[in-house]
Amino acid sequence: MAFGAWPDAGSTGPQTVASRPVCGGGPNDWDGFRVMAMKSLATTRTGRAVSAALLTLAVNISCAASTLPARWQLNMTPGVTQTARNAYTAHMIVLWVCVIIGIIVFGAMAYAMFKFRKSKGAVAAQWSHNTKAEVIWTVIPILILVACAWPATGMLIKQADTSNATLTIKVTGYQWKWRYEYLDYEGKPTGVGFMSKLDSESDKTRQLKSGLDPHAVKVGNDATYLLNVDKPLVLPTGAKIRFVITSDDVIHSWWVPALGWKVDANPNIINDAWTLIEQPGTYRGQCAELCGQDHGFMPIVVEAKPKAEFDQWLAAQQAAAAPAAATAAPAPAAPQG
Amino acid sequence: MAAAEGKHIYYVPHGSKWPAVGTIGLFTTMIGAANWLNEVSWGKPAFFVGVAILLFMMWGWFGDVIRESIKGFYNAQVDTSFRMGMMWFIFSEIMFFAAFFGALFYARMYSVPWLGGEGHGALTNFYLHPEYAAAWPTNGPGALGGSFQTIPAWGVPLLNTLILLTSGVTITIAHHALRAGHRLQLLVFLGLTVALGGLFLFFQAEEYIEAYKHLNLTLGSGVYGSTFFMLTGFHGLHVTLGTIMLLVIWFRCLKGHFTKDNHFGFEAVAWYWHFVDVVWLGLFMFVYVL
Amino acid sequence: MATHAAGHHADHHDDHDHKPQGFWNRWVFTTNHKDIGTLYLVFAFIMFCIGGAMSGVIRAELMKPGLQLVEPYFFNQMTTVHALVMIFGGVMPAFVGLGNWMIPLQIGAPDMALPRMNNWSFWIMPFAFTVLLCTLFLPGGAPAGGWTLYPPLSLQGGSSVAFAIFAIHMMGISSIMGAINIIATILNMRAPGMDLLKMPLFVWTWLITAFLLIAVMPVLAGAVTMLLTDKFFHTSFFDAAGGGDPVMFQHIFWFFGHPEVYIMILPAFGVVSEIIPTFARKPLFGYQAMVYATASIAFLSFIVWAHHMFVVGMPLGGELFFMYATMMIAVPTGVKVFNWVSTMWKGSMTFETPMLWAIGFVILFTIGGFSGLMLAIVPADFQYHDTYFVVAHFHYVLVTGALFSIIAAVYYWWPKWTGKMYSEKWGKFHFWWTIVFVNLLFFPQHFLGLAGMPRRIPDYNVAFADWNMVSSIGAFGMLCTPVFMFLILWHSKKHGATATQQVWEGAHGLEWTVPSPAPHHTFTEPPLIRAQDLAHGDPTH
Ligand code: HEA
Ligand code: HEA
Ligand code: CUA
Ligand SMILES: [Cu+2]
Repeated sequence: MAFGAWPDAGSTGPQTVASRPVCGGGPNDWDGFRVMAMKSLATTRTGRAVSAALLTLAVNISCAASTLPARWQLNMTPGVTQTARNAYTAHMIVLWVCVIIGIIVFGAMAYAMFKFRKSKGAVAAQWSHNTKAEVIWTVIPILILVACAWPATGMLIKQADTSNATLTIKVTGYQWKWRYEYLDYEGKPTGVGFMSKLDSESDKTRQLKSGLDPHAVKVGNDATYLLNVDKPLVLPTGAKIRFVITSDDVIHSWWVPALGWKVDANPNIINDAWTLIEQPGTYRGQCAELCGQDHGFMPIVVEAKPKAEFDQWLAAQQAAAAPAAATAAPAPAAPQG
Repeated sequence: MAAAEGKHIYYVPHGSKWPAVGTIGLFTTMIGAANWLNEVSWGKPAFFVGVAILLFMMWGWFGDVIRESIKGFYNAQVDTSFRMGMMWFIFSEIMFFAAFFGALFYARMYSVPWLGGEGHGALTNFYLHPEYAAAWPTNGPGALGGSFQTIPAWGVPLLNTLILLTSGVTITIAHHALRAGHRLQLLVFLGLTVALGGLFLFFQAEEYIEAYKHLNLTLGSGVYGSTFFMLTGFHGLHVTLGTIMLLVIWFRCLKGHFTKDNHFGFEAVAWYWHFVDVVWLGLFMFVYVL
Repeated sequence: MATHAAGHHADHHDDHDHKPQGFWNRWVFTTNHKDIGTLYLVFAFIMFCIGGAMSGVIRAELMKPGLQLVEPYFFNQMTTVHALVMIFGGVMPAFVGLGNWMIPLQIGAPDMALPRMNNWSFWIMPFAFTVLLCTLFLPGGAPAGGWTLYPPLSLQGGSSVAFAIFAIHMMGISSIMGAINIIATILNMRAPGMDLLKMPLFVWTWLITAFLLIAVMPVLAGAVTMLLTDKFFHTSFFDAAGGGDPVMFQHIFWFFGHPEVYIMILPAFGVVSEIIPTFARKPLFGYQAMVYATASIAFLSFIVWAHHMFVVGMPLGGELFFMYATMMIAVPTGVKVFNWVSTMWKGSMTFETPMLWAIGFVILFTIGGFSGLMLAIVPADFQYHDTYFVVAHFHYVLVTGALFSIIAAVYYWWPKWTGKMYSEKWGKFHFWWTIVFVNLLFFPQHFLGLAGMPRRIPDYNVAFADWNMVSSIGAFGMLCTPVFMFLILWHSKKHGATATQQVWEGAHGLEWTVPSPAPHHTFTEPPLIRAQDLAHGDPTH
C-alpha cells in the first residue's frame, strides 16, 4: 500500500473540501481511520468497549471546534484543517497504543505486587530467562511502532507539499509582534501588509501587579486574555494558502492550534508551510518559541472568511494602501515546493 | 587482570592539595576571562593569574606523580589506569574538534547551498537573498567583514603539513631510541620534534598575520572566517600545548626519568602529538584543500 | 563473613583504616572515593534545593493568570537557571556521587582509578555553580534564553553570557574527568573473577553513561564556545547573514542534548535493576538482555537528536529519519521495563522504601516514556512541540525517573554508607507524599499542553487557569520533600538502628560483603570472589 493510500493521509483536493460539512457529518478522511481502528478493535470485548469510548470522545471533540481553549480541557482538538485532523489522529493513535500497553504492563505489575508478596507466603522462583518471552516482547513493539509510523509518514509527505497555493502570506516575527504581507493572491501581488500585536486591553492587564482581572478581558463572550491582537490575519476559507515564514531578530514560532502545525521563524531564513481552512471563524494561537521577555505576549489571530468576503476585505485593504502598492514592482513567480 | 606482578597493591595516593589549587586556578581563569570579555578592568590580570596558578598546579601535581613513579609506587595496573585516562582524554578532544568540523561540514553542505537557493533553500534565496550565489569560501549573503582572500593550500599550509608529518616521524624515532636505550638519539630526535612544533607555530603565526594584514581574512569574514580561524586556532593551541609537553618530556629524558620499559609520560605525550597531527591532516584536507 | 574484604592493608601506608583528621584533610584534599561520593551527594542535594526553589518561583507565578510576582524577564531567568541547576548541578552530580560510592564497592576495587583527579572533578563543580548563580546578581541578570541556549536569543543576554558559558565549560571539564575516571575504574580495577558480564547493572549502566559523557560533553563545549565567539569575536556560525545558520546551533546542541538525557536515565536504570531483584528476592530477569538494551539505547541516542527540531524547517527526509530512529528507542527501553516486571513475577516481594521508589519509577518513568513516544510522531509533534505537553514529558522522565531513582538509591545504600537504618515509616511517608504531589504537579501539564498552552511563558489565557492551579498546588507539596528527606536522614544518622552487613535480606553483590558502615578503605587487596557474593555470578540462572 502506498503511503498516500492510508485512509488518513487525505487525498481530497481543495475544491471538495470547501463544500464539505465540517462537523459530525459526512465521511472525511479521519473517519476512514476511525472505522478501520474500530474494526480492528471490535474483535474483542474490551476492544468493543474501548472503541465505543473512543467513538464518543472523538465525536464530541470533533464537534466542539472551539476557537479558544476550554477550561479544564483534557485533550487536543481536531481543528479546522486536514493537517490539524491528521495531528489529532496521529495523537489519538499513539495515545491509545500507549494506554493499552500501559494497562497491560501496569496490570501485570499490579498483579505481581498483589500476588507475589512475601507476607502472603510467596516463595521466590529462581529463573531469570525466558527466550521466547523476550523475543515476543521485542518483536511485538516493533510491529506496533511500524503501525504507528506508517500513517504518520503518509501525513508528513502530504504536508510537505506547499505547491499550488492560491495565496502566499509572508510572516515575519519581531520581538514581540508579527508582520503579515499578502505577497500574491491568485497569481497577482497585492501590496497589502501590516503589523499585528497584542491588543491593548490584554497589554494593560498583563503588566506586573496591574490589579486588573484577566477574566475581564473579553471579545463578546470569549475570554481572550493574551489571545487577542489589534489587527488579525484575515484569510480565505477553502483555498490553499502558503506561508513563508521568517524573523527579523530572534527565533519565533508561528502556531495556531486549529490549523494543526507550527513552524519556526528563523532570522534570514525562510520556512514554508501551508493550510487550507475549511470553516470560517476566528482561530487563536501564540508564538511558540522562547523569544525574550515578551514571548508570552505575542499572540496570533487568524480570521477565516468565505472567499467572497475575503476578496472584499482584500480589495478594501488594497484601496487603503494604493499609493504604496503602485510603486511595488510585480514580483517574479516564486519557486514552488 | 593485571593485579599481580610483584606489587599487587594498587597505589591509592594520600590526600593531595593540587586538585584544590587546580580548582582555584580554573575558577580564577574563568572568572578572569568572563570579566575580561565584559570589559571589566581586573578581568585580564585575573585571567593570567589563573593561568599561572594552573601551571603551578600542573608543575606540582606532575611532580608528585613523577616522584611516586620513580620511587616505584606504581604497578602495572596503575600504569594501565594512566593509559586509559590519557586515551579517553584524547577521545574527548577528538569530540571537541568534531563539533567544529561538524560546523564546517554543516555550513558547506547545508547552510551555504541553502542560502544560495539549492533544494530546501529555494524560498530562502528567492525571498531574502536573491542576489546571493552559493560558493565556498563565502562570507554569506550579508558579505560580512567585506571581501577577502584565502590562504592557498599549496604554500605554507603544505609546508606545515610536511613539518607535522616529519615531527610524527621524529618522535617515533625518539620512542624507538628510548626503548633501545640510545640516549643521545632520543634527545636529538625528541629535540627535533620540539623544534618542528615550534616551526609549525611560527609559520602559522605568519599565516595569521598575512591573513589579517593583507588578505582581510578575519574571524569576522562570515562563516568561512569563523570556521577557518576556530579550527586552525584551536589546533594551533593544541600544538602549543603539545610543544610545551614535548619540551617538558625532553627535560625529563635529560634527567633520565624514563626507562626502556617504563616511560608512560613519554608515550602519553607522543599519543597527544599524533592526535594533533591527525587533526591537522583533517584540517589540511577540509579547510585548505577542498 | 568476608572480613578479608576490608581487613588487611598495605605495608607502605600507615593510616589506611583511619580517616584523615581535620576538615581540610578529610574533605578538601581527599582522594577517597567514599568521601568524594559523599561530597557529590551533598552538593547535589543543595543544588536540588536551589533548583527546587526556582521552580517554586515559576509555579507561584503560574498559579493564577496575570502577573503577580515577577517580571517576565526574571521569570525566563528562573526557567533557564532552574533547568541548568537541576540537570548539571542536581541529577548528574548525584549519579556521579552514587557511582563514586558504589562502583569500587561493587567491583571489588580499592578506590577509583585516578583518585586525585576524582577530587578535582568534584571540587570544580561548586565553583562552576558559583559562577553560574552569581549571574543572578549581575546587572541584566542570569541567562534567560532557556537551558537550550538557542541563538540569537541567548546572545542578547548581558554580561551573563560569558559567565554562563564559562560555567558550562567548567561543568564539562568536571564531567569529562569524572567519566574518564569511571571508565578507567570499571575497565581496569575489577577484582579477579569480576568478569564484565558478571558486573552489577549499576556498574554496566555507568560504564555506558561514562562513554556517552566523554563523547558529548566536548560537543557541548564546542557549541557554547561558538556562541561565545559569535557574541564577542564577530564570528557568524549561527548567523545566516554570514553563511551560518541559527539552526546549526540546534543540531550541535541536541547532538549533545539527546545523549545527555540518557546520561540522566541510564544510571537510573542501573539503580532500579539493583533494587528490584533485592526486594523481589529473585535474580534480575534477562541480565544480558539488560546490558545489550542499555548499549542499544546509548547507540540510538546518537542518531535521534533532531526530534527536538521537528518544527525548525527540516527537509522531509530528515523528519522521517529522525522520527523512525526515535521510535526505535522504545524497543530496548521496553525490554527493560518488561524485564523489571518479569523480575517481580513469581518473586517474594516486600515493599521497603527503596522498593517503593523503584516501583514508582517503573510506572511513572514508563508514562514519561509513552509521552516521549507520542512526541516522536512528527505530525502530532507539530502540535505538541514547545507546549506543556513536552514539559510534562520530560518531568516524568526526569523527576519521577532520574530523581526517583536517586532517592531510591540513597535509601537503598544509606545503611551501607552510615551503618544506620532510617525510619521505614517516614521513608514511606516521604514516598506516598511525593507520589501524590508529583502527579498533581505534572500530570495536568499534559492537559495544558494539549489544550494549547506554550511553555516558557509567565502568563496565560484564563482557560488554562484551573489546571495551572492544580499543578502549582502539586509543586508546593513537592517543595516540602527535600525537607522530609533531610529530616529522615538526619534522624537516622543520629538515632537510627544499627544496620547489618547485608542490610536487606535479598541483597546480593560485593558491597554487601563489607561491614556497615563501609570502612574508609575497602578492598585494598582484591577480594576473593565467591559465586554467592555476586548478583549475577552464575550465568546458568
Ligand atoms: C531522562 C530524560 C529523558 C528520557 C529518558 C527521554 C526519553 C524519550 N524522549 Fe524525551 N525529552 C527529555 C528528556 C528525556 N526524554 C527532555 C529534557 C526534553 C525536552 C528538552 C527541551 O526542549 O527543553 C525531551 C523532549 C523530547 C522530544 C522533543 C519534543 C519537542 O520539543 O517537541 C521528543 C520527541 O521525539 C522526545 C522523545 C523521547 C522518546 C521517544 C524517549 C524514549 O526514550 C522513551 C522510551 C520509553 C518508552 C516508550 C516506555 C517504555 C516502553 C515500553 C513499555 C515498551 C512498549 C512501548 C511501545 C511500543 C509504545 N523527548
Ligand atoms: C532533573 C531535572 C528537573 C527537575 C528535578 C525539575 C523539577 C521541577 N520542575 Fe522543572 N524543568 C527542567 C528540569 C527539571 N525540573 C527542565 C530541563 C526544564 C526546561 C527549562 C527550559 O524551558 O529551558 C524545566 C522547566 C520547568 C517548568 C516550565 C517552565 C517554563 O516553561 O516556563 C516548570 C513549570 O512548572 C517546572 C517546574 C518544576 C517543578 C515544580 C519541579 C519540582 O519537582 C521541584 C521539587 C523537587 C525538589 C525540590 C527536589 C527534590 C530533591 C530531593 C528530595 C533530593 C534528593 C537527592 C539527594 C539525596 C542527593 N520546570
Ligand atoms: Cu516570539 Cu516567542
Ligand atoms: Cu531527545
